[in-house]
Amino acid sequence: MPWTRDQMAARAAQELRDGFYCNLGIGIPTLVANHVPPGMSIQFQSENGMLGMGPFPFEGEEDADLINAGKQTVTELPTTSFFDSAASFAMIRGGHINISILGALQVAENGDLANWMIPGKMVKGMGGAMDLVAGVRRVVVLMEHTAGGKPKLLKRCTLPLTGAGVIDLVITELGVFEVAHKGRDGGLRLVDIAPGVTVEEIREKTEAPFTVAEGLRVGV
Amino acid sequence: MAVNKIYKDSVAALADVLKDDMTIMSGGFGLCGIPDALIEAIRDSGVKGLTIISNNAGIDDAGLGLLLQTRQVRKMISSYVGENATFAKQFLAGELEIEFNPQGTLAERIRAGGAGIPAFFTATGAGTQIAEGKVQQEFDGRLYVQERGLRADLAIVHAWKADPEGNLVYRKTARNFNPIMATAGEITVAQVEHLVESGSIDPDHIVTAGIFVNRIVPLQTVNKRIEQRTVRPRA
Repeated sequence: MPWTRDQMAARAAQELRDGFYCNLGIGIPTLVANHVPPGMSIQFQSENGMLGMGPFPFEGEEDADLINAGKQTVTELPTTSFFDSAASFAMIRGGHINISILGALQVAENGDLANWMIPGKMVKGMGGAMDLVAGVRRVVVLMEHTAGGKPKLLKRCTLPLTGAGVIDLVITELGVFEVAHKGRDGGLRLVDIAPGVTVEEIREKTEAPFTVAEGLRVGV
Repeated sequence: MAVNKIYKDSVAALADVLKDDMTIMSGGFGLCGIPDALIEAIRDSGVKGLTIISNNAGIDDAGLGLLLQTRQVRKMISSYVGENATFAKQFLAGELEIEFNPQGTLAERIRAGGAGIPAFFTATGAGTQIAEGKVQQEFDGRLYVQERGLRADLAIVHAWKADPEGNLVYRKTARNFNPIMATAGEITVAQVEHLVESGSIDPDHIVTAGIFVNRIVPLQTVNKRIEQRTVRPRA
């Protein structure tokens, strides 16, 4: 059985390490915050200018001055700090954020990422995505394996790039892929597989070639 | 004090500043920390052909969306405009120009502009269409894109507290682009929730020094809207 969105988020949470500073994109990545292992201290950064993001407020306690990058109301923690947009992106572009977990339209075997525009459709803008993938030390993609039956893991991205050679790990509902030689030759390696899913099934749904790790882990 | 920076309202503070085809920086992220009263004064002035530098474009009936409704904007320099249907309609009709900047590049361009730095290099956007037509250079084995500093004829910002000198303090995530934009306007006008007496803000807590602020408008009423109200149930 392919993983659910929550199981995908739980797998992504395994990439967190105690003390990490982490930026989560919108969509499935926001679920990762619910799966931080007990006892682990993670500070979530919101690029509009907040580090140490707390959960959504209780009804009646919303504060219009306290939002995340998705413009949702959030809360403070005892560790919280606020700063301006230039300082926020100094954290991101200066390599101070340990991990970024975000969604994607396409990922290529060389680590290229496309997630900000589809030609011919209304372009909304890249927001902070280009800065995050260029500046954060480890970049993890959480995405559906296919879109409308078409593979999203490709030999080369066909959509305009968000970043070139920037992705380290791709997690879909079928498996987990490491991107080797980030930024150079690339090459995907399947390291985890969802229970009941076969490598053959993944190959059918993946345009990019990939190798299978020795000791391929069957995830739960 | 020889110079009085305090104006009675947003109309008075902008009256001799606004002109057609000018460039205006407007602080805020979404509808959080936007200088709404100053935006309304710009709308009511009827000034047009504006280039607006702002992370977002407001929503249809609030923030910079007000200036789009009245077709006073010629060009937007932004990172994300997804929440505004008026924007989409005018853009698709070819009536509105847009220059998308990665959010960090936009912030750094403003910071650089305010600091007198005409250009800088960043890895953001290298190898993407954002880099097309720009100088690219390798440093220590990595490719970087040259981006230009940004300044504006006018910067409008929102702050929580100000003193008569123009020293500003912001509140929570309403800070966002406001402090950097305050440094990059030929004239900077701040609307403030609380105008307090000189000496009542701890100098260690001042975020924007008064040197960057030319005019202060104390708000009579404060209107804050929440774009995405998200809550959790009480246990």
